[in-house]
Amino acid sequence: MAGMFAWGHMGGFWSNQPVRVALVVGGGAALVCAVVGLSTVMRRQAFAGHALADVSGAGGSASFLLGINPLFGFLGMAAAAAGVMEWAQVREARERDLLTGVVLGAGLGLAALLLYLDMTVRNVSGAAITVLFGSMFTIPPSIVPVALTVAAAALGASALVFRPLLVSTLSVDLARAQGASVRTIALIHALALALAVSLAAMTVGAILSTALLIGPAAAALQVARRPATALALAVLIGLAAAWGGIALAYQSYYWTAGHGWPVSFFIVMLIVCAYLVASAAARRRAGSSATAPRSGCQEH
Amino acid sequence: MNAGEAVVALDRVAVTLGERPVLREVSFRLEAEQFCALIGTNGSGKTTLLRAILGFIRVRAGRIDLPAGAIGYVPQKITLDPGLPLRARDVIALGLDGARFGARLPSKARAARVQEMLRAVGAEEFAEQRVGTLSGGQQQRVLLAHALVRRPKLLLLDEPLANLDVGSTAEIVALLRRLSHEFGAAVLLSAHDMNPLLPVVDRIVYLANGCAVSGKADEVVRTEVLSCLYGYHVDVLRVHGRVVVIAAGAGDESRDALERDPVHTITVP
Repeated sequence: MAGMFAWGHMGGFWSNQPVRVALVVGGGAALVCAVVGLSTVMRRQAFAGHALADVSGAGGSASFLLGINPLFGFLGMAAAAAGVMEWAQVREARERDLLTGVVLGAGLGLAALLLYLDMTVRNVSGAAITVLFGSMFTIPPSIVPVALTVAAAALGASALVFRPLLVSTLSVDLARAQGASVRTIALIHALALALAVSLAAMTVGAILSTALLIGPAAAALQVARRPATALALAVLIGLAAAWGGIALAYQSYYWTAGHGWPVSFFIVMLIVCAYLVASAAARRRAGSSATAPRSGCQEH
Repeated sequence: MNAGEAVVALDRVAVTLGERPVLREVSFRLEAEQFCALIGTNGSGKTTLLRAILGFIRVRAGRIDLPAGAIGYVPQKITLDPGLPLRARDVIALGLDGARFGARLPSKARAARVQEMLRAVGAEEFAEQRVGTLSGGQQQRVLLAHALVRRPKLLLLDEPLANLDVGSTAEIVALLRRLSHEFGAAVLLSAHDMNPLLPVVDRIVYLANGCAVSGKADEVVRTEVLSCLYGYHVDVLRVHGRVVVIAAGAGDESRDALERDPVHTITVP
């Protein structure tokens, strides 16, 4: 890959407006997903995150049909699905995964219908690819202020509940005994999750947004021992994957004359690589600590 | 808090879960620094009682008077994920203000408080380790420090000795006894086996049949007292330094109890 990456081609990178928009929106999505994803993975809600991302695709599909900003479409559907899942979990806490699966199925079914209507009624032929796999270089600049506002709201919500979420992750009863409103905390986290997945769906598509949400956090949790370290690592991995993916996609125009490779592919592959490296580092550390001599033990 | 003043007082408390009455008329009081064991067989309502005191469950009748401020709590059977990026030190710090919204700034006073708790529970050696990778006894020490870091007047522990080996059980019991004096906290600890606790407890609250009897161990664990509580004859035996309660109940329920809890309370149909 190093041979394929030509710095000479990067001259127009910074002056290219679609690239600049992609860097801002993609960077914002990566940052938010890393922060929200960390809480999501620690709370073992990766499936819920994946389901919300996929369901948000129905909103993205509807936005083409209605002619509205796609981010609002993704966000509206993700927020509605998060609300339904939280409400359902309160009533049937033991059936969380089952209910999440039902919401996921309903959302995907609706997305299939809306994508069909996009193609047949509105004649938007690329809607399916854009909604499901993203198209970062076609994001209009007018979305940037809205995307940054959504990102700021998600970060604010996450910062608000970060500590109570940690206690609640240890034990819901511990959090309640300390006076935390577990229900409020879960709702705020669900809102932050909806905001994060809608941003991710805008950038890498509804299907691949799980990678941006879960991947950097999962990689960071392999090696970090402190919440702050995990947070910093997840953000670093997420931003590196997003911006690195954009740079590689830009370069790819020169690999296959005039046909760039999808940005989402590079972002997801970089995240997978980061996860594999982190897993190897964690295994190596575990191996070295297991073989280290213990003080105070003597053989007889 | 003055000596003799109740830290927690329950007056004829009744709790119903769904349609099932679990506690019917439970009354007892605890004073500062008292170390009290809440004893009963599995399913006798120990956890329900602790959850009612914490306000997690609404009481159907009666009254619970609690101290102002924090109540320390160590829940039953927490499974701490080894992958959580939380060191023992972090878990204790979360006991200080983990329920509060928003960010906090690091402070020397806060760090000193955490260090003091690490020392108090003997957890300095593993303070930097991920809490999920610690042994059961070490995790109990960390959770105990988490519960005590706000210096509560009342400390509730739900089966903290369950799943501990004999050595760890003795260590945790001795630690709890010492800390209740050092921190001036009343301790209410639930357990289904009273034997490890008998040498150190000030009082026992014995739950059976939805009711409770409380007092000093030698006042409560007696044939006539427990027979009255169970509503039928029971024998209290002392075998090799251990107390065994043999309750002559009736039917399948008693056989189930015998299978569940053969050491502490034996119910013979």
